[in-house]
Amino acid sequence: MSSTLASALPVGARSGRQRRFSVIPGFGLTLGYTLLYLSLIVLIPLSAVFFKATELSWPEFWRAVSSPRVVASYQLSFGASLLAAGINAVFGLLLAWVLVRYSFPGKRIVDALIDLPFALPTAVAGIALTAIYARNGWLGQFIEGELGFRIAFAPPGVLIALIFIGVPFVVRTVQPVLEELDMELEEAAASLGARRWQTFRYVIAPVLLPALLTGFTLAFARAVGEYGSVIFIAGNIPMVSEITPLMIITRLEQFDYAGATAIAAVMLVISFVMLLVINGLQAWTAKRTGRTI
Amino acid sequence: MLNRIAKVSLFAAALAAAGGTWAQKSVELLNVSYDPTRELYQEFNPEFARYWKEKTGQSVTINQSHGGSGKQARGVIEGLQADVVTLALAYDIDEIGALSGKIPDNWQQRLPHNSAPYTSTIVFLVRKGNPKRITDWDDLVKPGISVITPNPKTSGGARWNYLAAWGYALKHNDGNQTAAQEFVGKLFRNVAVLDSGARGSTNTFVQRGVGDVLLAWENEAFLAVNELGPESFEIVVPSLSILAEPPVTVVDGVVSKRGTAEVAQAYLEYLYSPAGQRIAAKNYYRPRTPEHADPEDSARFPDLELFTIDEVFGGWQKAQQEHFGDGGFFDQIYEVR
Repeated sequence: MSSTLASALPVGARSGRQRRFSVIPGFGLTLGYTLLYLSLIVLIPLSAVFFKATELSWPEFWRAVSSPRVVASYQLSFGASLLAAGINAVFGLLLAWVLVRYSFPGKRIVDALIDLPFALPTAVAGIALTAIYARNGWLGQFIEGELGFRIAFAPPGVLIALIFIGVPFVVRTVQPVLEELDMELEEAAASLGARRWQTFRYVIAPVLLPALLTGFTLAFARAVGEYGSVIFIAGNIPMVSEITPLMIITRLEQFDYAGATAIAAVMLVISFVMLLVINGLQAWTAKRTGRTI
Repeated sequence: MLNRIAKVSLFAAALAAAGGTWAQKSVELLNVSYDPTRELYQEFNPEFARYWKEKTGQSVTINQSHGGSGKQARGVIEGLQADVVTLALAYDIDEIGALSGKIPDNWQQRLPHNSAPYTSTIVFLVRKGNPKRITDWDDLVKPGISVITPNPKTSGGARWNYLAAWGYALKHNDGNQTAAQEFVGKLFRNVAVLDSGARGSTNTFVQRGVGDVLLAWENEAFLAVNELGPESFEIVVPSLSILAEPPVTVVDGVVSKRGTAEVAQAYLEYLYSPAGQRIAAKNYYRPRTPEHADPEDSARFPDLELFTIDEVFGGWQKAQQEHFGDGGFFDQIYEVR
């Protein structure tokens, strides 16, 4: 091991025209490890998806990914995921704010509760949510029975499930940033005559925004891929409440592996583009507020 | 070095010999099945083990795997070492043969009665007192009736539901396909929740209280009524339904490798024996030879007119392609309004 390292390092040094000296050693080794790890865990499995999809000709591929039911499922999956991530961004920020800024009895317990959606098997979450929001459930009997608004077995149910699984992502990314935010800054702003709104707008928001965007992105990405909890509460009516992962499973159940991977490939591309845009947005806000992430 | 090789090979030989004798004394079988057969095979397996021990002196352990029929078939295609498969419909076994080559094309002729040792049919489960007065398929397409069935794309049982409705509509419209399509379309537009599997739909209907009527396997409906209380649900038998034949077969590609061909074959044949038929009837499956069932078990099965998939739809391959394939009749129900 040590001999290979010793011989590998000078070669790397010679091939680079201008070698930049870094204070931290081991760049070659750690980058190599990073690439290997990413390849084994992420890149190779994902490229298998594209390879399998290439078994289809273009017209077949297009038919598989553009049938009306599949298109309706894209709309629901991406629409509900964006909406859920947006709602989580607002209320997750509120939760994080309460947890960081105030102290109250039972705070530790509330803090621990936030992580529950991480740990709970999603199927359990789905069944629990369905039981509560169904017409004979605790909440469902009022919301659906009295108000006539249907949650379980309809698109709002999908939204609720996606909000549930996304909460911890926003809270846990915003919380540490809020904790580090010095209260003295706010006091300074106040003493310089800033109104509360101005303090929030010019002092707090710029610091929080990148973290909030990260939380939003994570919650969104998680929601797009969610299957287990949604499937129980959605009702799965074609054209109305079918999510894209269900369409993939449906293809698999019909032994249509290529069709399933075709839809999966489209999902991957859309998700990747959306994440790229959000990351770009994040870099832009960071630059605008003069911060480096 | 040589010494070490000798030692290792000696050890290996001893191990093989031990393994060999062990294999003769006991054997394991994996039966890959679909959801509602859980209780049936729980009772049948020990019975077969006793019979096999008596006959050959070999003890057999049978492992069970249950899940949606299509999902289970996919498992076998992808390498699940199933000695026998006992699935919800012939199409799934056809696909194992076609995609993995582990089962020959003529598998369905290898055992009596299309390789289906027991049958079932599709009936309605309604809430106690039948408040919506549902008596036959016609009632399911009326406005305001909420129907629960699993998705035919993902559930074997749901395909039987769908085809039963289609067959009924054909018969009452002089074989007119367009009328049948319209009838089934209306029925599915009354569906409130499309779960992915039969058990999921039963839960939605029973536990969540959604829907006026559940289309279910007869055995599943009996189970729901008996397990969950005859005071809450009752079974409605339509005038006409489909003869559901859940088939069984040996997976040749697996048993030849594992050396379990003989016991696997005997396992399936035992399903046709008087003991096997009695257990099937006890678990609400209709036996092929009713004389072997306990009379009180037989008495539970109502008489109704049944048609087979071969008679009305020309077999599973054709039905699958026309009705459940991409852009097939089922897709058209939802996509073209």
